[in-house]
Amino acid sequence: MKNYIIKRVLISIFTLLAITLVLFILLQLMPGSPFNDEKLTDTQRTALNMKYGLDQPLVVQFGKYVINMFRGDFGVSYTISKNTPISQLIQSRLPVSIAIGGTAVGIGALIGLILGIIAALYHNTFWDGLCTFIAVLGVSVPSYVFALALSYTLGFKLSWFPMLYSGDKPFISSVLPSIALSMFTLASIARFTRTEMMEVLGSDYMRLAESKGIYGPRLIIRHGLRNALIPIITVLAPLIVDLMTGSLVIEKIFSIPGVGSLLVTAIQSNDYNVIIALSFIYSAMYIAIMLAVDILYGLIDPRIRLAKEV
Amino acid sequence: MEKNKLASASAAHDEPATFLPDDFLLKNDDELLRIDSNFSTQNYWMNIAKRFWANKGAVVSLFLIFMISFFAIIGPGMNAFSYSDQNLTQKNFAPRIAGLEQLGIFNGDEVLRTTTGVKMVNGYKTAGLDKVYYWFGSDTLGRDVWTRVWEGTRVSLGIAFAAALIDMFIGMSYGLISGYYGGKVDSVMQRFAEIVNGIPRLVIVTLLLLILKPGFVTIVIALMITEWIGMSRIARAEMLKLKEQEYVLASRTLGARSFRIIFREILPNIIGQIITQLMFSIPTAIFTEAFLSFVGLGIPVPMCSLGSLISESFSSFTTHPYQIVPPLLVLAALMLCFNILADGLRETFDPKLKEM
Repeated sequence: MKNYIIKRVLISIFTLLAITLVLFILLQLMPGSPFNDEKLTDTQRTALNMKYGLDQPLVVQFGKYVINMFRGDFGVSYTISKNTPISQLIQSRLPVSIAIGGTAVGIGALIGLILGIIAALYHNTFWDGLCTFIAVLGVSVPSYVFALALSYTLGFKLSWFPMLYSGDKPFISSVLPSIALSMFTLASIARFTRTEMMEVLGSDYMRLAESKGIYGPRLIIRHGLRNALIPIITVLAPLIVDLMTGSLVIEKIFSIPGVGSLLVTAIQSNDYNVIIALSFIYSAMYIAIMLAVDILYGLIDPRIRLAKEV
Repeated sequence: MEKNKLASASAAHDEPATFLPDDFLLKNDDELLRIDSNFSTQNYWMNIAKRFWANKGAVVSLFLIFMISFFAIIGPGMNAFSYSDQNLTQKNFAPRIAGLEQLGIFNGDEVLRTTTGVKMVNGYKTAGLDKVYYWFGSDTLGRDVWTRVWEGTRVSLGIAFAAALIDMFIGMSYGLISGYYGGKVDSVMQRFAEIVNGIPRLVIVTLLLLILKPGFVTIVIALMITEWIGMSRIARAEMLKLKEQEYVLASRTLGARSFRIIFREILPNIIGQIITQLMFSIPTAIFTEAFLSFVGLGIPVPMCSLGSLISESFSSFTTHPYQIVPPLLVLAALMLCFNILADGLRETFDPKLKEM
C-alpha cells in the first residue's frame, strides 16, 4: 500500500508539473504581448519587460513561474479588472462556486442513492423502470438543458425562484442552479447504486443477516448499502469533470459570480493570465481529488489494498 | 426402492394402490432422436442483429438518429431560406405552418409579456405577409430557425463523427500496441496516457482553442486530443485478454508479423467493443462542441451548430422561447439516443455483462 501511495503521489506531482510546463509554453506562444499598445516606445516596453521579468532566460522564468504558481501567486489580470491580483479575484469567487457545487453533489448523491435503492429493491417493476429512465436521462442530457428548462418554467413562468443569482439571497437563488447541476451526479449515482445494490442483495451475507431476523431499513442500510457504497467512490472522477464543465455554463446561465463565469469572461475577453491561473487551479483540484479517490479506495476496500501490494 | 416407497406411502393412507392402464404412457425417444438434428449455421452478425432487434429502446434510438440525420441532410434545402441570409424586417416571427394555422396552433401568434401587461403579437399580420411561412419561426436577425436548426445539426453531427472516428483510430492503435507489446513499452505508454488523463479536458480544450482559431477543424483537434484515452483503455484491456489465445500463437508460428497479428487477427475479434465505445464517444463530442459554443469558443458566425444556436437564442429565451426549443430538443434527443444506442450495443455484443 505504501509503495502504491508513493507511486500515485509522484505521478500526480509530475502531471501537475507537466500541466504547468504546458501552460508556460502556451503563455509564450500566445499571440501578441500584454504590452501591445502602439503608443509605447521601445524603452518603455523594455522597462515593462524588466518589471515583469520577461527579459530573463526562459528556464529562469519557468522556475519562477512554477514557484509562483504553487504559492498561489498567479500574477495580475490584464483586461477583466486591470492590475488586480488574480488570487484576489479568485478568492472572492471560489466560495460561491464551491457552495453551489457542493449543494449539487449533496442533492444528487442523496436522491441518487434513494432512486438506486428503490430500483434495486423493486427490480424489474414499474419503479425500477422509472428510476432507470431518470438515470439515463440525467446521464445523457447536458446540465444546461435542464438549467434552461428549469429557469424557463420555475423561474420565468411560475416565478417560484429567481432566474438570476443574487448575493443578497444566496439560498433561494442557488436552488435552480444546484438542481440543474446535480442531475448528472444524481443519475450516475442512481445507476451505480442500482447495480451494486442488486449484487449485494443477492449475496450470502445478506441472506444470513435476514435469517438472523434483521429486517427493514436496518437490513437495507446497515448491511446492504454499506457494502454497496464502496464501489460508488469510483463514480467520483467523471462527476468532478462534469461539475467543472457544468459549472461554467450554469454560472453563465444564472449569472452566478463564481469561478466558472470568471473563466468564461476571461476566455471571451482574452485575459490569458486569468485563463491560465484558472486552468492551473482546475487541474490541481482535479488531480488532488483523483489522488484522494484512488488512495481512499485502496484504503477502504481490502481486496484492492491486498492486490496492489503484490 | 421406488416400489417400497410407494408401498409405504399407500400403507400410510390405508389405501391399496391400484393402477389403471391409463396411468402410464410409453416413454418415447423423441428427445434422444432430436440430438442429431441439423441446425443451420448461425452467422455471427445475424446473431448480433437478432439480439439488437430484441432491444426495443436501442432500435427506437437508432431510428430516431436516422430521422435526425435525414433531416440534417435534406432539412436546410426544404424551404427557400438559407441559414445565413438575414432579413431584418422579418425578425422574431413566431412559428407558422401552412395547414396547421387554421387549427389555431402554429399560426404566428406570440404572447409577449411587457411591463404594461400581456400582449398578443402576430408578426406576419403586422407586416402583411400572407405567403411567408417560418416553420420554426425566425430569429433575432430574421433568419429561418428551421433551416438553421438542421444546418446546425449537420455541423454538430459532422464534428461528432469526425472526432469520434479519429479518436477511434488513435485510441484503438494506441491501446492495441500498448497491450500487445507489454513490458516497458506498455508501462511507458500507460504512464503517458495517465498524465494526459490527469489533465482535465476542460483545460486542454480551452487552452487549445486559445492558440488556434475557433472553427470546425479546431474543435475536432481538441476532441481528438482528449477523447482517445477511453478507447485506448478498452482496446488494451481486450488485447490483454486475447493475446495469449491459441489462434494468436498459431498465427505467430506461421510467421505472421506483429502488425498482422494486431490488426488482422485480434482487431476483428474486438470490433464489437470498439463500435460500442465509438457510439459512447459521439454524444461526448456533441456535448463538448455545444459546451464550447456556449462558452464562446465554438463555430464562428455565420456558420452555426446546435451549441451556437442555443447560446445565441439564450439571450432572448424568455421572450421568444420558440427560438431555443428546437435546437435544445434536437441536442437532447441526439445525446439521449446515442447513449441508449451505445448501451444497447454493449449488451448486444456482450450479453454476459451486468445490467446497466
